[in-house]
Amino acid sequence: MARVGAVTGNEAVAEALRQINPDVCAAYPITPQTELMQRFAAFVANGKVDTELILVESEHSAMSACIGAAAAGGRVATATCGPGLALMWEMLYVAAGMRLPIFMAVVNRALSAPLNIHGDHSDAMGARDAGWVQLWSENAQEAYDNMIQAVRIAEHMDVRLPVMVCYDGFIISHSIQRAELFEDNVVKGFVGEYKPLNPLLDLDHPKSYGPLILPDEYHEYKRAQHEAMTKVKDVVLGVAEDFARISGRRYGLFEAYRLDDAEVGLVILNSAAGTAKDVVDAFRERGVKAGLLKPRLFRPFPYEEVAAALKGLKAVAVLDRADSFGGYGPVFMEIASALYPLAERPVVINKIYGLGGRDFLPDHAAAVLNELVEIARTGRVRVAKEYIGVRE
Amino acid sequence: MATELKLKELAKKEPLFTSGHRLCAGCGAAIVAKMVLLAAADYPLVLANATGCLEVASCIQDYTAWRVPWIHSAFENAAVTLAGVETMYRALKKKGKIDREIKFIAFGGDGGTYDIGLQSLSGAMERGHDLLYVCYDNGAYMNTGIQRSSATPLGAETTTSPAGSAIPGKLQRRKNLTRIIAAHNVPYVAQAAPSHWADLMKKVRKALAIKGPKFINILSPCNRGWRTRTDDAIMLSRLAVETCYWPLYEVENGVTKITFKPKEKKPVEEFLKTQGRFKHLFKPENEWIIRQFQEEIDREWERLQKEETLYS
Repeated sequence: MARVGAVTGNEAVAEALRQINPDVCAAYPITPQTELMQRFAAFVANGKVDTELILVESEHSAMSACIGAAAAGGRVATATCGPGLALMWEMLYVAAGMRLPIFMAVVNRALSAPLNIHGDHSDAMGARDAGWVQLWSENAQEAYDNMIQAVRIAEHMDVRLPVMVCYDGFIISHSIQRAELFEDNVVKGFVGEYKPLNPLLDLDHPKSYGPLILPDEYHEYKRAQHEAMTKVKDVVLGVAEDFARISGRRYGLFEAYRLDDAEVGLVILNSAAGTAKDVVDAFRERGVKAGLLKPRLFRPFPYEEVAAALKGLKAVAVLDRADSFGGYGPVFMEIASALYPLAERPVVINKIYGLGGRDFLPDHAAAVLNELVEIARTGRVRVAKEYIGVRE
Repeated sequence: MATELKLKELAKKEPLFTSGHRLCAGCGAAIVAKMVLLAAADYPLVLANATGCLEVASCIQDYTAWRVPWIHSAFENAAVTLAGVETMYRALKKKGKIDREIKFIAFGGDGGTYDIGLQSLSGAMERGHDLLYVCYDNGAYMNTGIQRSSATPLGAETTTSPAGSAIPGKLQRRKNLTRIIAAHNVPYVAQAAPSHWADLMKKVRKALAIKGPKFINILSPCNRGWRTRTDDAIMLSRLAVETCYWPLYEVENGVTKITFKPKEKKPVEEFLKTQGRFKHLFKPENEWIIRQFQEEIDREWERLQKEETLYS
């Protein structure tokens, strides 16, 4: 029997970590992740988990310790956000390059300067190319569910790659929501026993992790890493299917909300998708064929499936809670890439919203949808990329 | 208790750091790695290496000179990477999945230890991980072309502290890392040199017999960076010890003990004049640097002796 609780996102993910009961967790506190690790530290202190918790002196060291621990041959978790993730950046590549199935909660936060601790996707987008699988979550329930599925995805023998589970700082990490939490034995059964592959601690079969590799083989090595990424999609879907059996909650590569017959649509990640869905409903009531696509698996990005979901639309707005200065937002670039091979494709525009925790309001979504309706009618784009909800 | 060091016994052991590595001929680091592993060979071992000379020359894809499990993750984090391995070892031991007594050793050069790796080393020492960190100190970033590090001695010429007409080499004193780590109040800290091999190996054995974080700083002459002949490493190491540029001592549970006292303390010139990197110091206008260098050595040697008498 599932327990229904009123929990914060951090509380839900701390519960997931407790139920997963990793062998080692190395972490450094950073807002708004801190509360998650405080809760987990209390589980350790009270003997609710067997985890060896290493409270390191920086996020760079947190990921380094996770790499050592995962190479040693056990289940390893951590969590971070914003500048902490940025400090891990170098080691994210090492974790992926060594094919270590570490899983990590990323409580999305803005990057400096100026200093800002609030919800923003710049951190995870900065880690986009590190070779980590990225799952994104709209609310506490999805963060909890994704965390549990992340273990199975990371450790799948076809994958053996690190996975980050993203959810919005404060908006999700600190607000109280309804969530269904499993009984402990259900999670235990779902994640199963860890099977180490080439553990460093197997002294009878000495291994070398992280050798120097020269131009004669590096290129092939990276190609092989890409190959592992191509297997992720199927594994994610397989794990989601198993997860549906224990939860009744169905997950895919993305959520297609009222998209089937839609003419205009929004593409939007994480918590703001919840707000936007209400607005889509309101437009539907007015007879506007609106829909929404919420990516869940952002790396590897499911280009073909996304293209198939959006191909019938006339106009699409991609909303980014991060920017690539001098370029389009990172989600926009993926959607544009996905749609490019289509002979007939929707007109696509880009809106940058909600940076540094700026509220994303129903009015913002409504304004964008109205603009899309206009574009669908006239075929004319006023501006390809703009900041919305900004004081000019 | 550490096992006794018997030459006869050591001679029979197979080296765990093998020949066929790609370090320069005459490299001090290779000698140091071989000695440390020979002393440690009685234990099952897992090693970590910081990026640097020793790492890039010992484990190139498809080949390795290490006969034990080995991990390299980056330049600045050998200590914490190994701390992660050691923590997983404790976790799995607690769960009954491992029952062997494994010892953990990290190697880093002065760049990866004194400079960029200091934070991760300090953190690992403070948290009390059961591991031995060995710094092989060759006094510059030798792997990348002899740039100055905070271990580079006063007056030395490097590619980023060149001896020019306005600035005569490195103007700053070297960082005393052994003292810094001793200030962490870890159970065992020592300084060793390959010329005094029995002293070095005894220190390694002693360290491995102690539970908790241990640190040994080992002088590692580099003929490329020091501008010396290929086969001078051991001679230079001996001169460093006999001039007290590199005193041999240990700090065990806060108690300092000098493990070798030269019969006659030689002047620092004898160490300096053998090396091309100090050639410019012997010009009349730079003699003040040698004087300052000598004063520095004398002060530290005095301090060490005083510290030792505190506990005798």
